[in-house]
Amino acid sequence: MDDYYHSVVLDNKLCKGCTNCIKKCPTEAIRVRDGKAMIINEKCIDCGECLRICPYKAKIAQTDTWDDLSKFKYRIALPAPTLYMQFANAPSKEHVIKALQMLGYDYVYEVARGAEIVTSITNRILKTESYPRPIISSACPAVVKLVQLNYPNLIPHLLMIKSPMEMAAINARKEFCKEHNVSPSEVGVFFISPCAAKMTAVKSPIGICKSNVDGVLSIKTVYFRMFKQLAKIKDEELPDSKQAGYKGVRWAADGGEAVALNTEKILAVDGIHNVIKIFEELENDSIEDVDFIEASACTGGCLGGPLAVENMFVATARTKKFKDSLPSNGLPIEDYEMEDYEFDCPIIHKDVTKLDTDISEAMKKYDRMVSICEELPALDCGACGAPSCKALAEDIVRGIADITDCIFVLRRKVRKLAEEMMALESRMPPVIGEENKKKDGDI
Amino acid sequence: MGLSGQKVTLRYTIAAEDFISAGEASSHVKKTLNKLGISHELVKRFTIAMYEAEINTVIHANGGEAYVEITPEKLMVRISDNGPGISDIEKAMMEGWSTAPEHISEMGFGAGMGLPNMKRYADELAVESEVGVGTVVTITVYLS
Repeated sequence: MDDYYHSVVLDNKLCKGCTNCIKKCPTEAIRVRDGKAMIINEKCIDCGECLRICPYKAKIAQTDTWDDLSKFKYRIALPAPTLYMQFANAPSKEHVIKALQMLGYDYVYEVARGAEIVTSITNRILKTESYPRPIISSACPAVVKLVQLNYPNLIPHLLMIKSPMEMAAINARKEFCKEHNVSPSEVGVFFISPCAAKMTAVKSPIGICKSNVDGVLSIKTVYFRMFKQLAKIKDEELPDSKQAGYKGVRWAADGGEAVALNTEKILAVDGIHNVIKIFEELENDSIEDVDFIEASACTGGCLGGPLAVENMFVATARTKKFKDSLPSNGLPIEDYEMEDYEFDCPIIHKDVTKLDTDISEAMKKYDRMVSICEELPALDCGACGAPSCKALAEDIVRGIADITDCIFVLRRKVRKLAEEMMALESRMPPVIGEENKKKDGDI
Repeated sequence: MGLSGQKVTLRYTIAAEDFISAGEASSHVKKTLNKLGISHELVKRFTIAMYEAEINTVIHANGGEAYVEITPEKLMVRISDNGPGISDIEKAMMEGWSTAPEHISEMGFGAGMGLPNMKRYADELAVESEVGVGTVVTITVYLS
């Protein structure tokens, strides 16, 4: 699998080459070159911040299409808990599940159920000393990628268990194939996602060798189709779904994973820039008395995902009705074996920060970077295509930019050149003399 | 210039009782060391030790200055202050021993782990202090 697969890509036709995205990117992974944004694949964590900020909708999250469903004889839907809160005309999660069945899915397995399984396994792990504290949730793929790239000291803190989506995919396929006596290869398992990074987590997973999910559809793709079905549903037709309770469903909103655990020593942080601040403090050892950190790249948790349709605050308000109508837990959870849930692929740090592999060279480059920085105006205007003057200085020493990319430096140089030209213009070789010069000018 | 030729130096001013910006110097040092490609284990040890010293300067010593010297052989930070000085350094090195005033302990600082933590993470720790004059803490971590 391609190491640098990303779901977040650019639509060149729509991009105007403005500087909105380069400024917002938390890992400084975007530059503008030749009038178009360019994503540096090595640095991108698929958080989706650029999707939200782009005024021209030129950033796209690649997901599978509705037509991809027809590649499989049987189709399973894995609705993210977030899907339940997207519709004003879906009074219960049974309505959402029914709408998916009406759209042709042969089986629906709730990712909220997968979430309850992950909660139960996490509770078991919290009783042991097997992880350094605090344990960091690995449910948000953008956060896992951030740790892998920028916080290698925190890798041992990452919870090495499969995500609710993966647990749901494994169980769904197993259950369906057993019940209907079909071959696993005939079954397509599709996650319905509010999240761009989940697509990357399926195509190029971290922590597992291969994903059990066959495709990812964005909530945007299914929204209108479901909306129309929901209007047709009669209450007596509703399926009886007890897979997940409120604890699993609550994972959709920020803090949902943490509050489901049997510990009160929890810290829940949402929004990628806030997550970065907490990770910085964690690296200083200055966070005490916390057992578990839930970190979501999106503000508001998955409900704030870039591929969700409903306004995050409206969706959050809708979680209340699930609290009132659902039991706190779904069906009882069996004891899973470690091999069923544990990551099977180590998470290896990828250093995208260092200036050079040789420390002396790196120090030379660093010194150069500091002196280039002093030449730059410190305006962080972005007109050079880098997010800040500091980033431009670093790009220059890395050899991917030039000092004259800065329009202020360029202007200074042009002015100096003009002054020199003026000074030279008035000088003539002594053999020609002033009289000849005038003649020369008459021609 | 050292014998090996290369050296990066950094200087910071640490403001007194400014808890908002406390830790900014060590955070900047961490970013620099990561750019230089220093191993993450050593970066962690050095910056935690420096962070502790920085916080100490904020709490006890009316602020001060930090001077960092990075060579291919070692990482060194010297934090000097014009604070009250430490009368009994041996005692100050003991875990749990603190002279932090009450309003500081209430903020969760001053647990008496500052100097012991520095010692734990540094390869070398030197504390020179004179009562009424100030304290100089030098932390060294070797790269090889």
